[in-house]
Amino acid sequence: MSLILDGFTVDASRRSLLRIDALRLPSTGLVAVIGPNGAGKSTLLKALAGVIAYGGTRSLDGAWPAPERIGFMPQDFAVSAAMSVADCVLLGRRERLGWRVTAQDRAEVARALTALNLDALSGRRMDRLSGGQQQRVLLAQRLIRDPRVLILDEPTSALDLHHQLEVLDHLRALSATRLILAALHDLTLAARYADHIVFLENGELVMAGPTADVLQTPCLNRAYRIDSEILQDRTGSAVIVAHRAVSN
Amino acid sequence: MSVVTSDQSAARRFGLGQAGAVCAALVLLLCLMVADLITGPAGLPLADVLRGLADGPAGEDRRLAVILWNLRMPQTIMAALVGCTLGIAGLMMQTILNNPLASPYTLGFSASAGFGAALVILFGSALPVAMWIGVPLAAFAATLIAAALVYLVARYRGASPEMLVLAGIAVLFLFQSLQSLLQFMAAPEVLQQIVFWLFGSLLKASWTSVKVLCVILALTLPFILREVWNLTALRLGDGNAASLGLNVDALRRRVLVLVALLTAGAVSFTGTIGFVGLIAPHVGRSLVGEDHRFGLPMAGIMGAVVLVAASVIGKAISPGAVIPVGIITAIAGIPMLLAIILMKGRR
Repeated sequence: MSLILDGFTVDASRRSLLRIDALRLPSTGLVAVIGPNGAGKSTLLKALAGVIAYGGTRSLDGAWPAPERIGFMPQDFAVSAAMSVADCVLLGRRERLGWRVTAQDRAEVARALTALNLDALSGRRMDRLSGGQQQRVLLAQRLIRDPRVLILDEPTSALDLHHQLEVLDHLRALSATRLILAALHDLTLAARYADHIVFLENGELVMAGPTADVLQTPCLNRAYRIDSEILQDRTGSAVIVAHRAVSN
Repeated sequence: MSVVTSDQSAARRFGLGQAGAVCAALVLLLCLMVADLITGPAGLPLADVLRGLADGPAGEDRRLAVILWNLRMPQTIMAALVGCTLGIAGLMMQTILNNPLASPYTLGFSASAGFGAALVILFGSALPVAMWIGVPLAAFAATLIAAALVYLVARYRGASPEMLVLAGIAVLFLFQSLQSLLQFMAAPEVLQQIVFWLFGSLLKASWTSVKVLCVILALTLPFILREVWNLTALRLGDGNAASLGLNVDALRRRVLVLVALLTAGAVSFTGTIGFVGLIAPHVGRSLVGEDHRFGLPMAGIMGAVVLVAASVIGKAISPGAVIPVGIITAIAGIPMLLAIILMKGRR
């Protein structure tokens, strides 16, 4: 069983933003969505999350999960509300909340905070956190939904190196039982953590498949307009080094 | 705010402290309502008021019963109801427009109500209904027409805060211009009536207006309560709220209808009482936070507190005459507005 997109399109004002004729991916695992700026990464993720209109079909294991089983984190996540971190995470269970917050609700919040080492921030106000702290809290908010599909638009964009690795380690562990699609700009992180890669360029699918098959220098050089080299670090993981930008 | 580490303090964080604050505000409101009943040109001491309340509307002391139950009680209850309505509508408007300076009147609802009222005051003698019912009916209808115009724009061009504000500005200028035209056409004594209506005053309150506003609140509150978590989620911003499965455009349109009904009900009998719907949500939010389960009741209670307090002040500072509450709230509201702006800037 798998994630299947058929004739999947997104248009705006009669202009095509995304066109994927056919895409098949396993139903679990960590999938990195990569591509240069304007490739259609955010558009694909928003359409899959149901936030914007799309054409064609999408299915996961024959159907598409209900909205409450989808966790989507957009690129523009900044929160200016003066609510506590715990209250913010609690809103991840929006559809299941009654007038009274139950002990189970509180336990779920505590579990999600602990999973991302956020217990110390529990009582802090969201509007007083740094961008990176907010990003981790909002990830915890999405995790509390126990999503079947987790869709993350640049989930490490505001994080320092330590937290980038911590978050991706956690996502990798979670991906054993669910599908995680994450737009990533750092190709080395994509090489290290992703099981599969979806490579987009100019709103079209360039290639999709296992990470090692997709991350090849000719393809990267052409799409990103760079002169790159793929090395290996001491763990055997690929490291993508871009030596210089290549002008047209 | 302290860092929460124990389960006991987590329980407090999830509601108990906020519920206590709501109860305390309710007690303050009741005290102010008693103060409002005591205050007035006829000057009733507390003991007489308590006796009159115990005796009921059919009490033996007819002078006391008439002053208390026919004159002061409807005004006091109306002040609390209008304040409550404007407070709730104000918080909902600030949330859907994501703007701390929004109020129930931001989208032109007060200008439309003023136009409706002015229309009937000017041409009411030609209508088959009495002025006391024709004016509020026209104000109510005009507010709903203004809301319908904003709603239609939101329906076809999306209900983003920017689009709602733009549509609201257009509606505001339309009805302000029409209102100015009516004032230009009016004879001096009619103009005086229009201006007095626009001040916003509780002197127009009666048991009928109290009942009508109670019915509007009773009809809208169940729908408002259904949206408490959605409105709280909207405070995270459109992107985050939508990614939690919330249809933010549909939510804004639903809340717009509720705000229009509440505002129409509030202004149609008392005129446009300003600043309550702007100030009360801020006071409420500072006491109970962003959680709309507590924020909406608190904004309502704080709206009632502000308006009843303004009523007491209006009667206390000019014995023998009553300054319209709309003037008191406007004068008192300006320093409060400046304080909000300064505090916002400091944050």
